Amino acid sequence: MAIPLAYNLRNLVVRKTTTIMTALGIGLTVAVLLAILSLVNGLRTTLSVSGDPLHVLVLRQGAESELVSLFTREQFQDLKFKAGIATGSDGQPVASMEVVTVMILASVDNPDGANLNVRGLDQRGVEMRSNVHISRGRWFQQGQKEVVVGKSVASRFPDAQIGRKVHFGRSDWEIVGVMDAGGGVQNSEVWGDLNQVSADLNRVQTVSSCLVKATDAVAAKALIQSLNDDQRLAVHAMPETEYYDQQTGNAKPLEYTGLIVAVIMAIGSSFAAMNTMYAAVARRAREIGTLRVLGFSRGSILFSFLVESVLLSTLGGLLGCLLALPLNSVTTAIGNGNFAEMAFGFRVTPQIMLAGVAFAVILGSVGGLFPASNAARKQILTALREV
Amino acid sequence: MSEAIIQTTKLTKEFIRDEFHVVALKDVNLEIAKGEFVALMGPSGSGKSTLLHLIAAMDRPTGGEIRVLGHALRELNDRQIAHWRNENVGFIFQQFNLIPVLSALENVELPLKLTNLRKSERIEHATTALKLVGLGDRLHHLPRQLSGGQEQRVAMARAIVTDPSLILADEPTGNLDATSALEVLTILGRLNKEFGKTVVMVTHDPHAAQFATKMHHLEKGELTN
Ligand SMILES: Nc1ncnc2c1ncn2[C@@H]1O[C@H](COP(=O)(O)OP(=O)(O)OP(=O)(O)O)[C@@H](O)[C@H]1O
Ligand SMILES: [Mg+2]
Repeated sequence: MAIPLAYNLRNLVVRKTTTIMTALGIGLTVAVLLAILSLVNGLRTTLSVSGDPLHVLVLRQGAESELVSLFTREQFQDLKFKAGIATGSDGQPVASMEVVTVMILASVDNPDGANLNVRGLDQRGVEMRSNVHISRGRWFQQGQKEVVVGKSVASRFPDAQIGRKVHFGRSDWEIVGVMDAGGGVQNSEVWGDLNQVSADLNRVQTVSSCLVKATDAVAAKALIQSLNDDQRLAVHAMPETEYYDQQTGNAKPLEYTGLIVAVIMAIGSSFAAMNTMYAAVARRAREIGTLRVLGFSRGSILFSFLVESVLLSTLGGLLGCLLALPLNSVTTAIGNGNFAEMAFGFRVTPQIMLAGVAFAVILGSVGGLFPASNAARKQILTALREV
Repeated sequence: MSEAIIQTTKLTKEFIRDEFHVVALKDVNLEIAKGEFVALMGPSGSGKSTLLHLIAAMDRPTGGEIRVLGHALRELNDRQIAHWRNENVGFIFQQFNLIPVLSALENVELPLKLTNLRKSERIEHATTALKLVGLGDRLHHLPRQLSGGQEQRVAMARAIVTDPSLILADEPTGNLDATSALEVLTILGRLNKEFGKTVVMVTHDPHAAQFATKMHHLEKGELTN
């Protein structure tokens, strides 16, 4: 029914230099967009595998993060016997008191030293993180100044290797193992024995936080409610997943800045597409006139040039995906809300690539609209006379 | 006298642009009967092309009436005219105007895209048309791989592929050497005689005009017979 697609495809091939240049411009825009989306996606994934929906994190009232929270052993004793907390195989409530601090270590990106979260926890706390396993070496032993480092820490911090010692607090700590958190934030942490770490920090009575496991989802809600309502305890309880979600909040400025850059680039490259298509319309004026004489309507001329513009930008979108794909193997780090370095990967998923191509299609339609309607509005005789 | 296929009464076309004002056609009363091969002659600027464009409804007159194949063209809108032209009029240009990126066969198939024919039927019709103009062995050549005479013959195949009753040609031999011109004129003659097409051809060349069955002269936009 319409002007054949081959007409548009071959014209794109005939002017290949222009086509490639324009498509590359669009491709770069799409690549930038994909980089941002996959960065945010990678961060979200990292944070979402870190938390367990049945876990409730308890901080001191008013504390936004574990690092600034103070939690006493008395509070822990009161809290342990609240209703809704799951019971372990040993008959004890599944609850872990933890101390969190920061250490500085030279990383690949920051030779002067980057912050790392150090977590002191007991056996129960380790068991609660079902996503965390030892991948090399062994777990730290109670009563020893030993630590285990996350996988990302081992790969990004040259000094964080098994057999070496790292310094924090008042002591040197021997690294005895590397843990794999399956993409979770624990990959970026350093873990040691609760008693050793808290004693070293002089925080035996006042640790940082408490993590408890609820029996089920309903109990988790009720538990959070009752903890937050307990004036005497004065704690701030929330689902662990929500805590990590809030930490993503720190990625928002990054996301917005990136999106603004992408939008500005998009405006630029849709002008490039427009320019290319205006040139194509001008060069093919006589063909447009001829097509009209053969009986093609203004509408089919409009459609044909619009399709050509969309084909061009789709090519750009695919190029953009190709450019962005290698990002999948890149792991990077940002300081999270606790000012500690957290590693995560770009995740260029098929959905994200689809979004990139859709973005390119929109870009091509917008850029092609004016040239295409310009082509459709031409008078037959005027078009035929142009050269 | 057989039925009139083209009928104009006081057909006038003026071009007005800013200060200057050209009367390209003035009160032209013309009748062309079905089955005629008309040569439209006259000096440069006398309005020959303008008249042909009005017959093909590629432009609108500024005065008078024109009826083609039973339609008062004035009453048709843009869409209807496009459809009408596709179905009833084959137009041949001096510069061939083939689509450079499409092969001979694809160029000829193009007008059939607007019909309800299936792909296989379109290919069949287009091949037949190309064979008729003697290019059965050039189906997959691109325009730039053809000589001028061959290009014009592809353009003729494209003009006749929808089997229109009216063929309009604006100096179809103007860009061709004598041999190619002869081929083109011979085909036009055959289309007229064997297939009963009505042909209106603008030409400067008295030799070309000999192929016609009738001649009309234009002088400064007026018909002089
Ligand atoms: N779009 C236009 N605007 C202004 N004047 C025009 C336009 N088209 C044609 N004319 C004028 O109308 C007159 C007739 O033009 P037309 O093209 O019909 O002549 P022609 O007989 O075909 O000439 P030729 O043999 O050179 O092709 C000329 O004076 C021309 O300048
Ligand atoms: Mg002319």
